[in-house]
Amino acid sequence: MKTLASLKKGETGIIKQIHDSMITPKLLDMGCLPGEKIKVQYFAPMGDPMCVHISGYDLVLRLNEADKIELE
Amino acid sequence: MEAIPKKSKPVKKKLSNIVLIGNPNSGKTSLFNQLTGLRQKIGNYPGITVDKKTGYFSLPTQKNIRLVDLPGTYSIYPRSRDEKIVLDILSNKNHELYPDLVIIIVDASNLKRNLLLLTQIQDLGIPVICALNMVDIARKKGIAIDNSRLQSELQVPVIPINARSGEGIIRLKEILSEFPEAFKLNGYSSFVPDIPEDILQQIKTHFEITNNYLAVILLNHTETIAGITDTDRKLLRKLKNESGYKIQGLQSGEVLNRYKYLSLLVKSVETRTKESFRSRLTGNLDKILVHRIYGYLIFLAILFVIFQAIFSWAEIPMDWIDQQFASLESWIKTTLPEGVFVNMIADGIVPGIGGIAIFVPQIALLFAFIAILEDTGYMARVVFLMDKIMRKFGLSGKSVVPLISGVACAIPAVMATRNIENWKERIITIMVTPLMTCSARLPVYIILIALVVPDKSVGGFINLPGLILLGMYLLGFLAALTGAAVFKKFVKSYNPGFLVMEMPTYKAPRWKSVGITMWEKSRTFVFQAGKIILAVSLILWVLASFGPEKDLQNADAVVSAELPGLTTADKAYRNKLNAYKLEHSYAAILGKSIEPVIRPLGFDWKIGIALITSFAAREVFVSTIATIYSVGEDADDTSTIKQKMRSEINPITGNKVYTPAVAFSLLIFYAFAMQCMSTLAIVYRETKSIKWPLIQFAYMSTLAYTASLVVYQILSRI
Repeated sequence: MKTLASLKKGETGIIKQIHDSMITPKLLDMGCLPGEKIKVQYFAPMGDPMCVHISGYDLVLRLNEADKIELE
Repeated sequence: MEAIPKKSKPVKKKLSNIVLIGNPNSGKTSLFNQLTGLRQKIGNYPGITVDKKTGYFSLPTQKNIRLVDLPGTYSIYPRSRDEKIVLDILSNKNHELYPDLVIIIVDASNLKRNLLLLTQIQDLGIPVICALNMVDIARKKGIAIDNSRLQSELQVPVIPINARSGEGIIRLKEILSEFPEAFKLNGYSSFVPDIPEDILQQIKTHFEITNNYLAVILLNHTETIAGITDTDRKLLRKLKNESGYKIQGLQSGEVLNRYKYLSLLVKSVETRTKESFRSRLTGNLDKILVHRIYGYLIFLAILFVIFQAIFSWAEIPMDWIDQQFASLESWIKTTLPEGVFVNMIADGIVPGIGGIAIFVPQIALLFAFIAILEDTGYMARVVFLMDKIMRKFGLSGKSVVPLISGVACAIPAVMATRNIENWKERIITIMVTPLMTCSARLPVYIILIALVVPDKSVGGFINLPGLILLGMYLLGFLAALTGAAVFKKFVKSYNPGFLVMEMPTYKAPRWKSVGITMWEKSRTFVFQAGKIILAVSLILWVLASFGPEKDLQNADAVVSAELPGLTTADKAYRNKLNAYKLEHSYAAILGKSIEPVIRPLGFDWKIGIALITSFAAREVFVSTIATIYSVGEDADDTSTIKQKMRSEINPITGNKVYTPAVAFSLLIFYAFAMQCMSTLAIVYRETKSIKWPLIQFAYMSTLAYTASLVVYQILSRI
């Protein structure tokens, strides 16, 4: 299974689904929806968290959370 | 707690309560400032301590409309305590802040995500007006929005505005004047996954509401929502059980449905000329500001500039204020007739007020810097940079904001932890935040450092007192990190923490709102801390001026015996008499009773009094010292606080009281001790348990005493 956490800097993907967890509603509120294109902007100096570009803005999330976002 | 109203009120013709809602970083605060200007005040929401910003503004048709700025949120479903306010207010028609109308500010450059919140509020049946902000930024991103189309699709008035420049505000007010005629309402939408009609009907009958969405929310948030009774909760639980209906996933389903609708809507109103444009300025700045080396260096440099500014820039107005109060004191003593009342003004009230006024320049500067960092979007980068490091200490990147605010004052800092969604990360942040050097410690530090550290410069441009001061800030920060690492081992948690936040684009700071923040914080400080400081100063003056009758009645006899041949006309005699009186005052009795405990730290009973009064608030130290040392002084002796401390002599050794060992011991004591009743009270309110403030008080006091003991014992032997 390919998740957002496995992408490298500059790579893009399309969200397939969000795996059920405590933060699913939060991710949905923030516009992480199935079908959305997502691009990795950069990682924090120690590799975590990451900053991604989604639906016109930059979003910060930890790798733990990124792992819940499955890509196509 | 009030129940959900049993009868829905008819639509009011008068517009008196408005709330302002929007996503974080959508320009909500700017719009609030544009509408209300300086007519705003910060208070608390009833029952909870979330900052509530209220302002007033007028329309041609109506005066004094109340506008409440609600915490920024992406959806009405709360994830943190701050966000919960929004749902608590909007779901309870009897709430004192329940609005007649909601102004929702929408970031035009991110229409879809911002409209989610709008459709939710609309479905609650509350009149909505949409202030479409950042149209210019959207245009730069290659997004054009068909305004009238958006308005007709949403069925709410849409007013393009520029919250920074104030463009469109007049138009917004015009539409507001047409309330309620201009506000047609949308009914129930089909965004909520189906709930059996009979269940909905039972809820609506019980609460006597007509709104389906509100009924769904009540079912969804049975356990957490405020404003309903235990009986209400029981009924809701029963309905859930009886129907066997799965609430799980209901919310996600609703959000997905809304976005499906909004995707189509946004496509029909937006014309995009560029594919996924990202601000070039933000991209370039981020290359440096979150760089793995420069990022941290720049962060450190910014902190250094802030501290250097607080120490050197603020010193000019502070010295001036100090001088003014000293000369006022001497003017009162020389011009007004002598007496108890004049003494009370000159020795009690004036130094007391002076002790408050002197901090204002520093507090104003510090809050200005914090406001600028927040405003420009840099603070989010700090969270991003620090998250992984902070997690090692059981904190989160979001803990950095409370910790940095802790440099101003622990009270708003503890309140700012509400943004941290994870309970464990939040409680640890609360426990260690008071170790950060708050502005109340600053005057104590400045005066002690100035007493014993020569004003030399190191390496040509950094001045030594400034460097020591920076060291004290670092000490506080390191103590907070160490404390957090210890708490990490003891605090249990069941949920892993998470960090999901928007990274805002860089923006120029809005100087007007920085100015408003400076004004607001300074004013709050003067009036809130000021009341305590003034009261403490007066009590102290009484304690230091009076004492048990039997000890004081033979004062003259004792002094005459010691200094034969001299009378009250001689200065030596008067000084001796005043010293005798002070030593036999109530304050001395109090101070001397704790002297055995603090003697090993190098403190005498006069400092002991200051330690006791500091429990009201740390900054009282300076005014206490000023009051104690000026009691009984001659009119022509009135000098500044610093001079008074410097000339204080230990009667036993004949040396100066404030030796480097004593000063550093005091510095360390103030760095670690929990000497702020207001902070303890806030921690109690935030954690809803007496346990945490008690633990905090105990561990900080122990730390302070031990560290101070070690410092004094070592330094006094060198």
